[in-house]
Parts: sequence; structure tokens; C-alpha cells
Amino acid sequence: MPTVRVIPRLDIKGPNLVKGIHLEGLRVLGTPEAFARYYYENGADELIYQDVVASLYERNSLHEVISQTVRNIFIPLTVGGGLRTLDDISAVLAAGADKVAINTAALRDPGLISQAALRFGASTIVVAIESIRQDDGTWLAYTDNGREHTGMDSIEWARQAEQLGAGEILATSVDRDGTGDGYDLEMTRQIADVVSIPVIAHGGPGNATHVSDVISESRVDAVAVASLLHYDAVQHLQPSHDTSEGNTEFLRSGRGVSRIESTGLPQLKQVLGEAGVEVRSCEVSA
Amino acid sequence: MSRPRVQIVDYRLGNLFSIQQACEHCGLDAFVSGSAEDLDTVDGIVLPGVGAYGNAMDHLRDLRLVEPLQSAAADGKPLLGICLGMQLLFDSSEEFGDHAGLGLISGRIRRIPDQTIDGRTLRVPNVGWNRISFVPHNAANPFLEGISDGQHMYFVHSYCAVDVPEDDQLTTTQYGQFQYCSAVRRGNILGCQFHPEKSAQKGLRLYQNWAKSLTSASNVGAQQGQSSGSC
Repeated sequence: MPTVRVIPRLDIKGPNLVKGIHLEGLRVLGTPEAFARYYYENGADELIYQDVVASLYERNSLHEVISQTVRNIFIPLTVGGGLRTLDDISAVLAAGADKVAINTAALRDPGLISQAALRFGASTIVVAIESIRQDDGTWLAYTDNGREHTGMDSIEWARQAEQLGAGEILATSVDRDGTGDGYDLEMTRQIADVVSIPVIAHGGPGNATHVSDVISESRVDAVAVASLLHYDAVQHLQPSHDTSEGNTEFLRSGRGVSRIESTGLPQLKQVLGEAGVEVRSCEVSA
Repeated sequence: MSRPRVQIVDYRLGNLFSIQQACEHCGLDAFVSGSAEDLDTVDGIVLPGVGAYGNAMDHLRDLRLVEPLQSAAADGKPLLGICLGMQLLFDSSEEFGDHAGLGLISGRIRRIPDQTIDGRTLRVPNVGWNRISFVPHNAANPFLEGISDGQHMYFVHSYCAVDVPEDDQLTTTQYGQFQYCSAVRRGNILGCQFHPEKSAQKGLRLYQNWAKSLTSASNVGAQQGQSSGSC
């Protein structure tokens, strides 16, 4: 059987790896290069880089960090944030990314999905769906890191994205992001049920059991994990952030995050394995 | 001693950058080129590929690469096909119609069948890490040195190789109940359905093993360079 992929997600702002709550209130944790290397050496199955401010400025500024990453890290890399046109996608792939995640631009112009799938191959195109649960129990897709409302139903959008040629769906819960309350199991399950392409769950795990829950209950093919791993990694890495920008107060304070029971990748995979999930064994290397 | 020179065949499909990085990491002097003339001068050829089969063969034809690739392979030049590049080594594919391949190895490419297991539909494309199982009589092949039977490798594909002569199969992979040939070898020709350049340390080991075989081919009697690269 195929293994469930465990994918560290690195939100990047300027030179730094950051993490927020509900995609807002970003804290600086270090440099993306140091975290990426650490995760690679500890058995990450893939990586996601998200330029979290790119959409606001309508540009992706990760080309340099992508090129640096792929010189030393030999697992798949997905890059998202601010990709508007086929040329934007082409530039990120030329820098060394294996796949791109598109959200805002795809909602504005769904034709971009089919054009990109045709030109770069469907398996290269990940459609990111950032959902917020509504009072009536439905989910709507948002753009620009959960700031802008589109009125598009998330489950319907997943179905359309597949028909347009998307290769994978990255299903983000904006309400759960960074909270440690666990993935939005119901939203994720509904998306996984309506599409036949792989679905990556994202947003909310506060412990390893939450990750195991979304795999067994929502039947996803992969899990994106951020806070859970970052708050563990930050304790093992030398301070590496650029202090010239961003909110570094959290790092200086030396505090933990009470709602997140942080864990390393080998420990997380061990918990998943014990829960009966097939995972790729970690080859921890120096 | 100079590093073996390897041409990564550029026929305008796929992420060639990461293959080049992996080759360089493993001690090869790798360059990207779509020129048929270069095939004559290199120590080894990597045939990459992402996308549709018919489209890929069209590009190879437009660039007048089909016959040069076939004759390089017939002359004994080491050739490594990756993902779609492996599929192109075979006779034909049913992807979007019926397309002839390079015909270097007997076998055909078919779509991964739809399967439901425990009420769960298996995803196609198959994206992720799957195990490679050694085919016993080829388990000692130098290409697999340092790799364990059952090792996970990274796959992205909807089509796969079947009806491959058992002698030519290096590894098989099981997806649900369906088994296909995931790595192939016939003389100087090798192919992997998975992406070794995306399969972490053990994937790099395959490039290193291939690099070693090139070293011994281009430097007769010399065994130096075996420790080149750090993968």
C-alpha cells in the first residue's frame, strides 16, 4: 500500500521561517534553510514552502531559497504564494521546485489550473484550498491567506479543481491553523471523498494523535505539519534567523507554546506506525 | 582523473535541475542538452521526463533524437531512463492512444487500474513513497548495491510498465493488488519508474552506483573515483 506522506510546511516571510495562528500574527522561528535541512535529515517525505506575504504583493520571492534548498535536499519540494501566471509558475519550477501550490490566482481564473496542468503536467499542480467553516456547517474558500472571501464552497471547488486538471489538493483549515485544536476532520474528509486525486490535510494539529486521527478518519494521502514540528526543531537548532525584520520576541523569550505538544519527525512517524498507518521509515542521517 | 561526463537529455519536459544536482552530488559531470551530437561524446545518458508519452515521443522526433538514442543504446552506451524516461525505453504505451516507444526493452506501458480496497479507492496518480521489491535473480545487480529489498522510493505516475521479460526486471512495486515493473535493466540500459533524485539518501545511492559503473567503463582498469560524491 502507498505510504502516507508527512510533509513539513514552512511558511516564509522575507528571509525567515515564521508561524502564525489563523495564518496571521507571524512569529519568526529561524531560517527556512536550517529547518529544511533538519527535516530532510530526520525523514521528511516532502517539503512545502509557502511565501506567506507574496499574495499581498503579488510576487513570489523564494527563488533564491528554492535554489539553495535543492542543491542539498533530495526530496520533493512544493512552492506556493503569489503565483499569478504561467510565467510565475515556470520561474519557480526553473529555480528547482517540483510542484507549485496555487490558490488566489486559481480562484480568480480557474482556467489557470488547466493551462498550467497542460504545460507543466498535472502532477506538478497542487491547488491549495484555504477554508473557513461557516455557521451553517459549510466551508467557504478564502484567498490571500484567509483574508478575502470568495463565496466559493470549498468542497465544490475541490471537485472543480480536479476536473480542471489539478494533481493534488492541499486542504487548509484557516480556523484551525496554528491553534493546536486538531485538523478539521469533517472538511478534510468531505474533500477527500469527492476527489480521486491525492489530498494533503493542513492546519491545526496540536499533537501526534491529531495527525493519526486525520489519516484514519478523513482518509487523506498526506499531512502537512508546521507548528507541531517547528516548536520541536527550534529547540534543536542554533538560532539562525535574520533579526532585521519580523517579530522575534517569541524566540528571545524562550517560551514554549502551551497548546502544542511539539514532536520530532521520527517520533511522529513512530506514533503513526503504532496506529497502523504505513509510513516511510526514517533514515536519520548526519 | 576526470569525472564521467553525462548528458541529461533535454527534450523540453520535466525538472532537469534536480537530476543534474543529484548527478553532480554523486561525482558526475552532468550537463543538460538536447543535441544528438553530444550523445556520441558522453560516458552516459540520462533520459528524464514528466508529462504525456505521445507528447514526449513527438518532442524526441522533432529534435531528431530517436535514432541517435537507439544507436547509442545499441552501441553499449550506458543509458538511464527515469519516470517517463523509463517508460520510453519500452515498445509502446496506451496513454491517450497507442504510441510507439524507443523499443529498447520488451514491454508495454499501461494505466494503473482503478482499485477499491477496504472501501477506499486507491488514488491515481500514485504520488508518494512505495516499496521496491528485488526480483531475486537480479538482486545482486551492482545498481542495487547498498539498497535494501523493500526500500521506499518516491513515485509520481499514472502509467507503468507491464509484460517485461523477467530477466530484465530489477524490481517490482505493488500498488494495492496490482504489481508492475518499477526498475528495469537490459545490458547497458537501466530504468526507474520512481525518482531517485527525489528519494533522499537511498535514491542518491542509485546515482552513485550508476556513476561507479561509468567510471569503470571510461577509465579502463582504473578503479579510482569509486568514493567520489558523498551520498
